[in-house]
Amino acid sequence: MWLLFVSLAIGVFTLVVLLTYVTIKGWPRLDIRLFTNMPSVRDPENAGAQSAITGTLWVISFTALVALPTGVMAALYLEEFARPNSRSQRFIEVNIQNLAAVPSIVYGILGLAVFARALALGQSVITAALTLALLVLPVIIISTREALRAVPRNIRDGSLALGATEWQTAYRQTLPAAIPGIATGTILALSRAIGEAAPLLLLGAVSFITFNPDGVLSDYTTLPIQIFNWTKDSREEFQVLAAATIVVLLLILLAMNFVAIWIRNKTQKRW
Amino acid sequence: MNQPNEITMHLDHSLSARGASIPPETSDPVFTLDNVSVLYGDYSAIRNVTLPIGRNEITAFIGPSGCGKSTLLRSFNRMNDLIPGAHLTGTVAYHGTDIYGPNVDPIEVRRKVGMVFQKPNVFPKSIYENVAYGPKVNGAKGNLDDLVEECLSRAALWNEVKDDLKKSAYALSGGQQQRLVIARCIAVKPEVILMDEPCASLDPLATAKIEDLMVELASDYTIIIVTHNMQQAARVSDRTAFFTAELDDNGIRHGRLVEFGRTRELFSSPTDPRTEDYISGRFG
Repeated sequence: MWLLFVSLAIGVFTLVVLLTYVTIKGWPRLDIRLFTNMPSVRDPENAGAQSAITGTLWVISFTALVALPTGVMAALYLEEFARPNSRSQRFIEVNIQNLAAVPSIVYGILGLAVFARALALGQSVITAALTLALLVLPVIIISTREALRAVPRNIRDGSLALGATEWQTAYRQTLPAAIPGIATGTILALSRAIGEAAPLLLLGAVSFITFNPDGVLSDYTTLPIQIFNWTKDSREEFQVLAAATIVVLLLILLAMNFVAIWIRNKTQKRW
Repeated sequence: MNQPNEITMHLDHSLSARGASIPPETSDPVFTLDNVSVLYGDYSAIRNVTLPIGRNEITAFIGPSGCGKSTLLRSFNRMNDLIPGAHLTGTVAYHGTDIYGPNVDPIEVRRKVGMVFQKPNVFPKSIYENVAYGPKVNGAKGNLDDLVEECLSRAALWNEVKDDLKKSAYALSGGQQQRLVIARCIAVKPEVILMDEPCASLDPLATAKIEDLMVELASDYTIIIVTHNMQQAARVSDRTAFFTAELDDNGIRHGRLVEFGRTRELFSSPTDPRTEDYISGRFG
């Protein structure tokens, strides 16, 4: 009993200490300049993280744009149309589970080889978005399938008994009924992608950049990369700046998780 | 204390209203089952059923659990097709056409043969959208307001919901939901309505309403109802088919049709001793 409590306490305590530490340390720089100013090497006093914030938004938007429809359609196929328990189905299922467990750096290597080099997209927003989309795709597929499975069989039966086709039943009944679950899973998956630095380092996110992305082929940086870059710098001002940026990143992540939990609670017990 | 009496009187009235005009033979069958068996893989849930379903009549399927009556019901609109491994032998003829024939689209069958389920399975949409869904997936365009009103009225629900059409169907009571499912079903203008224990999850008052509605709908629709409730079969149906679960030579349980006839005769003077045992409550 005590052991369980201590284990829990270790986890919670660490998180609280971490949050408190970065908040205190970053507090002097947690102001509007962080959002309005560009990074600077010479002027840490006035440097900001605007390009990293906009870069993150660009990358994550395109990640969602690619991963969400692909993941939902894949899940819809597996759950509603594929023959259940066939050998190929089981093979695909095991593979998706495994893909979800592949370290993100491996996706980085894949992205570098395929998107950056083979497709010659270079060090751009779209390369990062496509790579992160691959990274979160298994998670989106798995959570969408769970959401679809939670829709009771008798809703499908009711639709089919009215002369609806399987396709009409899937996109007019099952899919809309599963949207809250899909939204929750997708937000959690994207919040994982936002925090990723490893694959983007490989893909050549530029760690020092003083403009906002202006298109999908633009250079970019993201919050985790910016934090990584600043913590490397030995000057105290940059350490403070990094702490402040960490707070911003954590707040974004907490907000996303909060929204996911809120959607889940709001739509619980519908059946 | 008055309520149960009221219900009984109500239903007695409906029974006497229907009992009189039923011909002894089904002259104009909508469905004719010939030697129908439904199998799940190698296991046959129900075997060798031969049975006519009369037009604008209410036919009740009764029998103990596991006798295959629900399985048989689902073969009238090919809902068993959706269960992997299920298949059917024999012929299910709808106005002379085998609905399991090579050129028959199960979608077309289900438009003609609607279904009401054991648990009210309203869609997670508004009341209006629940009724409009069937016509929409079947290609209806334009304003469906009149159709929605007509169907809800027909299902004796309009007066209760006319101001709440945009509200979620989940806000309705169980009995109202089941009437909504019936309204949804008649919105695609079927000829036959299958009902799989439609009152199993309802209280006596809601049950009485559904039973009234069934009798009322039988003037336009052919209804087949599966029920565990023998009184219900006696109250609402014109003909009754009694099924039982039997063991075959290999000791495998399967459903069998024991007796089929006019409800009054089947309940008052059953020809098979098994029917008599069941309806007198000695078995099942």
